[in-house]
Amino acid sequence: MRRAELVMALALGVLSAYLMVKSAELPIGWIPREGPGGGAFPFWLSAGMLVCCVLIVLRWVLRQSPVSRSAELYFNPAARGTVMIVIIALTLMIGSIHIIGIYFAIPLFLLYYVRVIGRHNWLLSLGVSISAPVISFFFFEIALHITLPKGYSEPLFYPLYDIFL
Amino acid sequence: MLGFGIALEPLNLALVIFGCALGLFIGAMPGLGSVNGVAILLPMTFLVPPTGAIIFLAAIYYGAMYGGAISSIMLGIPGASTAVATTFDGRPLALAGKADQALITAAGASFIGGTVSVVLFTLFAPPLAEVALAFGSAEEFALMMLAFATFIGLGGDDIPKTLFSICIGLVLSAVGLDIISGEPRLIFGGLPGFFHGINFLVLAIGIYGIGEMLWTIESSSDGVKVSQASFGVGRIVLHLKGLKNTLKTTLMGSLLGYFVGILPAAGATPGSIMAYGMAKTMSKDPDSFGKGNIEGVAAPESANNAASTGSMLPMLTLGIPGSPTTAILLGGMVIWGLEPGPMLFVEHQDFVWALIASLYVANLAAMLINLAFIPAFIAILRTPFTILAPIIFVLCLVGGYAPTQSLHDIWLMLIFGVVGYLMRKLDYPLAPAVLAIVLGPLAETSMRQALIMSDGSLMIFFERPISGTIMGIAIVLFVLPAAKIYRSSIARKNN
Amino acid sequence: MSIVSKKLRNMVIPVAVAVASTLTFSTSAVAEWSPKKPIDFVIMAGKGGGADKMARLMQSVIEKHGLSSKPFVPINKPGGSGAEALLHLKSKKGDNHTVMVTLNSFYTTPLRQPGLGVDISTFTPVGRMAEDTFLLWVNVDSGIENIDQFVAAAKAAGSDWLMAGTGKGQEDQLLTTFLNKAYGLQIKYVPFKGGGRVAKELAGNHCNSTVNNPSEQLGFYEAGKTRPIASFTPNRLPLFPDAPTFRELGKDYVYFMQRSVVGAPGMSDEAAAYYRDVFARVYATDEWQAYMTKKSLMGGFLTGAKLKSYWAREKAIHEVILKDIGEI
Repeated sequence: MRRAELVMALALGVLSAYLMVKSAELPIGWIPREGPGGGAFPFWLSAGMLVCCVLIVLRWVLRQSPVSRSAELYFNPAARGTVMIVIIALTLMIGSIHIIGIYFAIPLFLLYYVRVIGRHNWLLSLGVSISAPVISFFFFEIALHITLPKGYSEPLFYPLYDIFL
Repeated sequence: MLGFGIALEPLNLALVIFGCALGLFIGAMPGLGSVNGVAILLPMTFLVPPTGAIIFLAAIYYGAMYGGAISSIMLGIPGASTAVATTFDGRPLALAGKADQALITAAGASFIGGTVSVVLFTLFAPPLAEVALAFGSAEEFALMMLAFATFIGLGGDDIPKTLFSICIGLVLSAVGLDIISGEPRLIFGGLPGFFHGINFLVLAIGIYGIGEMLWTIESSSDGVKVSQASFGVGRIVLHLKGLKNTLKTTLMGSLLGYFVGILPAAGATPGSIMAYGMAKTMSKDPDSFGKGNIEGVAAPESANNAASTGSMLPMLTLGIPGSPTTAILLGGMVIWGLEPGPMLFVEHQDFVWALIASLYVANLAAMLINLAFIPAFIAILRTPFTILAPIIFVLCLVGGYAPTQSLHDIWLMLIFGVVGYLMRKLDYPLAPAVLAIVLGPLAETSMRQALIMSDGSLMIFFERPISGTIMGIAIVLFVLPAAKIYRSSIARKNN
Repeated sequence: MSIVSKKLRNMVIPVAVAVASTLTFSTSAVAEWSPKKPIDFVIMAGKGGGADKMARLMQSVIEKHGLSSKPFVPINKPGGSGAEALLHLKSKKGDNHTVMVTLNSFYTTPLRQPGLGVDISTFTPVGRMAEDTFLLWVNVDSGIENIDQFVAAAKAAGSDWLMAGTGKGQEDQLLTTFLNKAYGLQIKYVPFKGGGRVAKELAGNHCNSTVNNPSEQLGFYEAGKTRPIASFTPNRLPLFPDAPTFRELGKDYVYFMQRSVVGAPGMSDEAAAYYRDVFARVYATDEWQAYMTKKSLMGGFLTGAKLKSYWAREKAIHEVILKDIGEI
């Protein structure tokens, strides 16, 4: 916990500095008779973020905040694996939307989660993974006319559109 | 009375009920709010006469406002910015097995808020339109300061981390186009997805949806916990009776929400946030807020419903939408050949009164439909977590995609979710960031507009009577908590 | 100014293009091609704005009359004064299911942000649906009734005279710059989000004048709160017969907001023909015609090569104006 607090504060400090540099692409000063320039608002607020990070580090040195005194581990060791797996699965799912489209990415993710992580039986796993995209299709594409991304799987849906739209 | 005759015609009544039910489900989906519901259904309304159409859309609007509270309470994910404040106490209540109480209170408070505002609307529409007209950029900025002042106490005990959260929310809100200079700014890596800025929903669903789920997965690793949710008719009655305990908060929230709602550009979000902050400030037990105080559900819910009615006022009388949803409604009226503006109340009285009457009917119908569905919503909470969790992830994904239809936003949402989760583990309060991203653009733009008008003199915020008064109240509210902290730190030292 | 006005004089857009051209399209054999999936209907502006309203009207008309076998799905891409929408369309090269509703930022944004690498001449022309008009407005409380009084009051106020408008470097500011140059004024420009909001600023006396479209000010005008002083059109508008044109007042200046539909670059000819047909029919509907009359819109349906040359001409005009006011 203690080390994580410092690492996070430093990382956010770097982010703040980057945001300051990025904001400075537009005028950050006071334009006479107009008020602050286009970059002023994000620039000075990013500066505020940086100051906060400095304060957080100071409090860390002085051991003032509860987390900076905590001897606990940042990740609960029992859960660390699961959380990492879920994050990786989410990343893979979103990445695969670009290629195989949402209607194939979702069932794969659900199947993996319910069957492998949740250890439910095949029937339930398949039921959940197949019904979710079907319901989404009818709710979004047919009822609300919102098209969801399909990647290269798009032509497969042309017949469905012909039937339902 | 004539209006009720029109609103209660069988076709219109059917439209109200159908619209409310549809709105309820759209609002309950994280990501889809009343804006999407109304926008998507606009063309459908060509099938019915204009009066029926606007009634239908108003019903969807109301239904979605009620529905927003459902995802806030049940999943902890605000479906729309108006329901952010509801998550603060609604979610803890649901986790403590009191989801039914939170849902019923939300429905009851929404109903009261809706009723109060429709009555005010009926009685004082034209004079209030003048008030809305008198509100310029300076007043808007003062109002935003007031909203910030009311939520200053919402953060945790760690002041640098709370301030950090507010600042990062405001900086993220600056991404996209600077309206005043017309220049794009903070376009990271030149990605076109940043041009439209960072949508509030992307941050909110990321933090409250993905981040919250990761948090739950971690904390429940040693045995999956299922929220204990019991339900019965007896409990409905009990909780409905319990509404009178929160009546004071609810009425205050309704009035506050209504008056903020009638101001152009403000909309329902600042109203609900201010009502929450006000309820907390005036409470005898402010520390219980954020941990599952039922007043923390009643205040924002009454306010956002009151405000959504309120925001119809500038739309109808001035032709300026008070919120994105009313902007679409406005478009609808134009399509049907009705000209919103000062003359609408004179030339199309039947339309105006039919709309107002349908607001009453829609409000009642939305509450009843909502109550009827509560058992079904509670049942969802009993689903095993390993099935619920992946479904919520999928809902977040689809809901985050729908408003802007850009995969860029989905990636951002994932990043916000993971980083938010990591920050939350270190006691960074994230609610202030989510609120800041909503209020930030309003505050910045109005401040800079006012300063251009005043040749860069800050006095414009204090010289104008309305703006000066609001600024005064805001400053008092800013100073109070600071003084309190100072006093308590002195007291601690003395001990 | 003089250079601009001279250039403009040669380039003034012919206002009425015969509706007959529309009819030729609808009667010509309907293209063989038809869409295979819902069509992305990109809107270059945010929800609730003028362009958005118009796009949703078109969508509703298409749906009501069943003009397309697959629905048009509106998607708002307001980012960066339309930069996001333009980049999106550019990236859809060769796509047969993406069309976009444009306004004048179609010309100005690529000019102001050359880094985008957007060349509007590569986009597929579908149809110009209308040209929106502009007028100069004041609040009736000011007592100003004609351009001379306006100039006198604005001169006296100097840079304290406030003009509210939408966005920097956009239509309203171009017109404000014209007024400043033509009459030797120092009007200060305050940008707001959306024309409705601008109209309210004037009605609430938070600014001194605006250059709104008729549709934005109509409500306040009918309620007797605001007054048109002069119009930026070649002829007086039927809706405001008392407002002279700037041409009558000796300043030859005409300015329109185009409302046209464009397709992705490299769209197949069959698909382009299909969309041209759909929008030609939309243009001819009673709903669209009624809307045009009511909102004082001008301009006939333009398409194909004519639309392309119209864009080229307008782009050139905007390049001159933007250079003139130092925006590029």
